[in-house]
Amino acid sequence: MPKTTDNTLRPSFTLAEKLAQGNLSASACYQCKKCSSGCPLTFAMDLLPHQVIHLSLLGQEEKVLTSSTIWVCSACETCTTRCPNGIDIAGVLDWLKEEALKRGISVAQPEVATFHRYFLESIKAGGGRVAEATLVRRFTLFKLRRKFDINELKENMKLGWQLMKRGRMRLLGSHAPKGQAEIKEILKLIKS
Amino acid sequence: MTPMKITYYPGCSLENTAVDYAASIAGITPLLDLELEEITDWNCCGATAAHSINHELALALPARNLMTAQKMGRDVVAPCALCFNRLKVAEKALKNPEGNPLGLSYQGAIKIWDLLDYLTQETYLQVLSQKVVKPLKGLKAVGYYGCVVARPPDITDKKDYENPQNMERLLTVLGATPLDWSYKTDCCGAGLALSRPDIIDTLTQRLYERALAAGAECFVVSCQMCQANLDLTQERISKKFGKHYDLPVLYFTELIGLALGHPQVKEWLAKHLVNPLPLLQKKGLI
Repeated sequence: MPKTTDNTLRPSFTLAEKLAQGNLSASACYQCKKCSSGCPLTFAMDLLPHQVIHLSLLGQEEKVLTSSTIWVCSACETCTTRCPNGIDIAGVLDWLKEEALKRGISVAQPEVATFHRYFLESIKAGGGRVAEATLVRRFTLFKLRRKFDINELKENMKLGWQLMKRGRMRLLGSHAPKGQAEIKEILKLIKS
Repeated sequence: MTPMKITYYPGCSLENTAVDYAASIAGITPLLDLELEEITDWNCCGATAAHSINHELALALPARNLMTAQKMGRDVVAPCALCFNRLKVAEKALKNPEGNPLGLSYQGAIKIWDLLDYLTQETYLQVLSQKVVKPLKGLKAVGYYGCVVARPPDITDKKDYENPQNMERLLTVLGATPLDWSYKTDCCGAGLALSRPDIIDTLTQRLYERALAAGAECFVVSCQMCQANLDLTQERISKKFGKHYDLPVLYFTELIGLALGHPQVKEWLAKHLVNPLPLLQKKGLI
């Protein structure tokens, strides 16, 4: 028997089983494609939503966990709303994002994943509320380090200034809520 | 009349980019004999980031707010679509008869509302129709509801989630002309605004085009993420697509203020990037 390095020939069925445990039973899918037909983000996806469900059921972990699709989904919930079999498709995509990060997989959309991480860290830094200005500043620096685009920087600074002038950007952050002990306990769930 | 008191969950962006929304809400509610009391010590709901990559946190954060609201004893209104949605997610989880994952004791005697739904109850529409002093005559608008305020209905408990009508009903009461279009609940991609602006350019430009095709002169929104995404990007999208878009993005609460003659409407509108004044002046409304 020739050895193969093609992972598509080594399906891992733990994924489908785990989805079922998380009340995300995808096995009811009969591939009607209603999710993909109504999805407004398909133009930016590498796999269509119904393909993510199908590949998950076939045990093609690597394909779904490394896809762009799971990250460019905007969580608009159209697919979940319209699925005739009651599958929470957007919930499956969320589950896959979290799983990809847990496994330390190199994600296809680092900007999106990093933004989510910074958002949560900013809740922690703000003592329970998001300081939008701090988050934007930090994420802008992250993007600049990845790719220095002088035009984008200029545009962003102009927009920031316009918002600040109008009082729509608060430099000093939000008011932290007072129930700190209780909130800190919850914020422990955010691992920096 | 004694004002009706209700619990209020403003959410983080109403302290930041959506201060205009916050000010218009604070401005119009007394006119409707409604008193808002913030959830004591509220925290962020975790938004898209939490439900995307940390499902435990995505439940724990709104659950804390809900438990406090329960103690306060009144129904809760949320002006932000996602804050509303996350509160509802927490409510469903805490009311799960098979036991909730956080072990909290939640009785579920209070109702969670999104602000538009609350203010378009039949009683409020009647009050509004009596209080209009400046009908918004000739203002052609499309209502834009945003995504998660209605979807998924298993969470939101909404009945008309594919084609909601309450914004149109409100606009009619205020004297404006609501237009029919097919994109009122389509996504603008706001959650990707910073990480993938190229994606939202495509989604948002499509909304501009469909609104224009319907004959609209402005958008009316009930979600501050939609407002930011349609308003802040308009100059950039105009440049990118080589077509000048000039579609003001108004909060429904600002239009209530305008029709009811609130003195501070101009201050709220001055915070928008797409200046609504020329359109409203042309219509003789300001």
